[in-house]
Amino acid sequence: MAVLVFIGAMLVTVLVKAWPSFSSNGLGWFGPGGDVESQLRAMAESKPLPGHSILYFRAWPLIWGTLLTTVSAVLVALVVSTLAAIFLTEFAPPAVRRVLDPVIRLLAGVPSVIYGLIGILVIAPYINNHLISNARKASVGYVVQLSGADVMTASLVLTVMILPIMVAISANALAAVPASWREGSLALGVNRWRTIWRVSLHAARPAIAAATVLATARALGEAVMLSMLSGGRGFAPNLLDGVTFFFEPVRPLAATILQNAEGLTIPALAHTIYAIGAVLLVSAAMLSLAGWAAKQQFKRYGIRA
Amino acid sequence: MPTVELAPAPPSGSAIARAPRERTASWPLVDRIGYWLCWAVGIGLCLLALAIVLYMFVKGISYLRPSLFVESPASSVKQSQSGGFLDPIVGTLIVATIGIAIAMPAGVAIATWLSEYRRPSWLARAVESAIEMIAGVPSVVLAIFGLIIFAQPFLGFLSETDASGTVSGKSFFTAGAVMAVLALPLIVASTREGLTQLSDRLREASFALGRTPATTIRRVLLPAIRPDIASGTVLGLGRIIGDTAIINIVLGLTVTNEGVGHAPLISTLRGTGSTLTSYIYTNSPAGEGSAPQKAYAAAFVLLMVVLGLNGIVTLLTRSSGERDRGLLSRAFRLIPYMPDLSR
Amino acid sequence: MDPMMPPPVRRIAVDRDPYVAPPRPIANGSAPAPPTTAVSARLHAARPAAAHVRERMSVESVWLAYGDNWVVRDVSLPVRQGEVLAMIGASGSGKTTLLRSLNRLTEITAGAARSGQITLDGQDIHELEVNDLRRRVTMVFQQPNPFPMSIFDNVAYALAERPARGGRRRRRSPEIEHAVSDALHRAGLYDEVAGDLERSALRLSGGQQQRLCIARALAAEPEVLLLDEPCSALDPISTATIEELIVQLRESVAIVIVTHNLQQAFRVADHVAFMHLGELVEYGTSEQVFDRPSAQRTRDYISGAFG
Repeated sequence: MAVLVFIGAMLVTVLVKAWPSFSSNGLGWFGPGGDVESQLRAMAESKPLPGHSILYFRAWPLIWGTLLTTVSAVLVALVVSTLAAIFLTEFAPPAVRRVLDPVIRLLAGVPSVIYGLIGILVIAPYINNHLISNARKASVGYVVQLSGADVMTASLVLTVMILPIMVAISANALAAVPASWREGSLALGVNRWRTIWRVSLHAARPAIAAATVLATARALGEAVMLSMLSGGRGFAPNLLDGVTFFFEPVRPLAATILQNAEGLTIPALAHTIYAIGAVLLVSAAMLSLAGWAAKQQFKRYGIRA
Repeated sequence: MPTVELAPAPPSGSAIARAPRERTASWPLVDRIGYWLCWAVGIGLCLLALAIVLYMFVKGISYLRPSLFVESPASSVKQSQSGGFLDPIVGTLIVATIGIAIAMPAGVAIATWLSEYRRPSWLARAVESAIEMIAGVPSVVLAIFGLIIFAQPFLGFLSETDASGTVSGKSFFTAGAVMAVLALPLIVASTREGLTQLSDRLREASFALGRTPATTIRRVLLPAIRPDIASGTVLGLGRIIGDTAIINIVLGLTVTNEGVGHAPLISTLRGTGSTLTSYIYTNSPAGEGSAPQKAYAAAFVLLMVVLGLNGIVTLLTRSSGERDRGLLSRAFRLIPYMPDLSR
Repeated sequence: MDPMMPPPVRRIAVDRDPYVAPPRPIANGSAPAPPTTAVSARLHAARPAAAHVRERMSVESVWLAYGDNWVVRDVSLPVRQGEVLAMIGASGSGKTTLLRSLNRLTEITAGAARSGQITLDGQDIHELEVNDLRRRVTMVFQQPNPFPMSIFDNVAYALAERPARGGRRRRRSPEIEHAVSDALHRAGLYDEVAGDLERSALRLSGGQQQRLCIARALAAEPEVLLLDEPCSALDPISTATIEELIVQLRESVAIVIVTHNLQQAFRVADHVAFMHLGELVEYGTSEQVFDRPSAQRTRDYISGAFG
């Protein structure tokens, strides 16, 4: 049907358009080398950098930025959402539960641009003024400007954005665990916390895995909030910088597309953008597969996903 | 001689002990820490949500004036004093209408086909996976893909063609079409869910009366699941309204709605413009940044709209009577198909 | 007689000494024949006599309610190690509620109320820490409910919790492995599953799952084992296996079994308590209750007039 044609067309078109960028750079496309900003500017102005073709592009800083924000946000959200789901299903008094249901739905519905707005107008200046000392700024000032918009801010806000979905799915799964297991465990003298930990969570693993995959997909595709909050410079934070590492700006892949979208009329830039888009598309497809595989895995122990 | 006594009366007052809450004081320390962490997280979530809403409320109300709703954005230096967001509101309406107009019939049709016909089965499975994949694709990728398609010459009538013959592909049509793809998985999921829950006896009864499957669907099944279709549509609407990336890429960062050509309605649709979301983006420090006050006001309006839509979904899912299995389970069973409501 | 007053109830003194049965007068005529078949009579006769019987738990004037509804009214019973106590009665008679109150499982239901005293080895169970109590008085439910883990993990589940054994140990330590195989032996399941203990517990048959639940309950070496209609979901062969198991276990563990099946009660029980609408109508040895019941209601129930 038309839907399949659509998907197929999308894949094919994006890959075709992206191919020149990949073929020109080879596998080095994914590697480090040079400054992403100047590379993009070179393409925009149609003035190739000395010694390189117009399509020269090294995406490693972008990839590293994406990895940093996405992975840290998902990990933190996993922990927090599991705790919140346990709270919601087991320990919360009924009154609190009734309040928390709509609260979570509210948080899930807030558009990302509003998160970005609050972040950029409230959180970033706060961090800029209070957490980053002038000395720190000076120490890396010759390479990059530190402001409140950095990898840490972006990860934090991203965590908050993906929390509601994960909490909802996890809580749903925990509540769906058969009461007979919970009762059986309590009857054996195991206290409530351990009952949840060892039985309910165990049974809810497929759902939590699915929630994680979903959250990762969303974090990966988040462009708007990240472009407002992550610093906008294609810079790869260096772990060796110590604490300053947390305050260095990044620019994840999706945000890069968003910020360079005006350049789609310029062929070189267009190819590069499509290349980035292709990478995102392939990642999304792989995540879907991963989610499906995770569900299959858990069917072994008869856990209903 | 067996004794005969009256049955003793039930105890009352202090003799009765009610079931106590399990005292956690006796748990090992590790478990107690877990318990406290859970409470901390739970209360923290509440506070967080409260903080966000209150902050937006306060800031938004302080900058909101009725004139903002009816004035177009003015290109003046003192952005904070002039212009309103009429254009963005109109833009949002246009995009949402086009998006839903395409997505709803398509989504219901696909869901019905998947649920009732499903032949050939390999195609049905492929379509299911395809819908799930679409749901997972980042909206930026959808946006650039949309631009590729609509920049083709044969679709030039839908947007602006500049002097050198290059079709720009940037128009409300494009935006609407891409938004439709965004909302599609939600509507499909919701409709399928509704159809699956309908008991088979409905279908059997209709077939026994000699109706074809097509008629059955049209006159029996679809009316029966109207709340599900409605809630899916409203969820899709929420997602469309909240999306910024697509608007930014497809419509550019224009602030006013610029029509193309001279036909009365079509010119607007062929042109570019802004929506509430891109308006907020432009007015924030990430865009041109000179009027955060307007950004707050617009954000407030946006938040209220989205919350209102969420409320409608709640009402819809609650009113389905015996099919309602609770707030969490009902609305959130759709979540696997909606990675976010607000990209 | 004022019609509003509750009808007089014959209060039966609880027989605390199992070996001395006070003579019970028969009200009218002879009692109906005991509900036995040749098989169950043979099983009943083949039961080895218990060597040593001592009282472990004591239920004294217990009233239990859910909300305002009193489901157990003024019941007093002993629970002894070395014997099996069967609780019989129609649905709604309160026997399951009473069983659950023995390990405070009634507390997980909101709105449960109680009055009276239940002691374990002389200590009021409501003074004990609840999880501690539940390790000493464990329960097996009507529907087998093995956890979604391997067989080994199921049986070892409660083992890490017992502080007397020295706190947390690694999963594969020899003590745990020994305890698991021990419990499986006692439950009569070892030979059938020894081949692969890592298999998912959910793949076992119904009877095997129920025996696994019994093994799981036994692994923590409880002092009292409560069984809530354990065989009602099982086929006759599994039922027979579990009944033999129960008879063997009573030496080391006090057993209380709630059952709908009078034949089963006759086969396995040493003492029988008949409850009706929350009251303890009759308590005595199984010969007494089945052969020479003293209450008319008991006679009616046993002969199948209701229930």
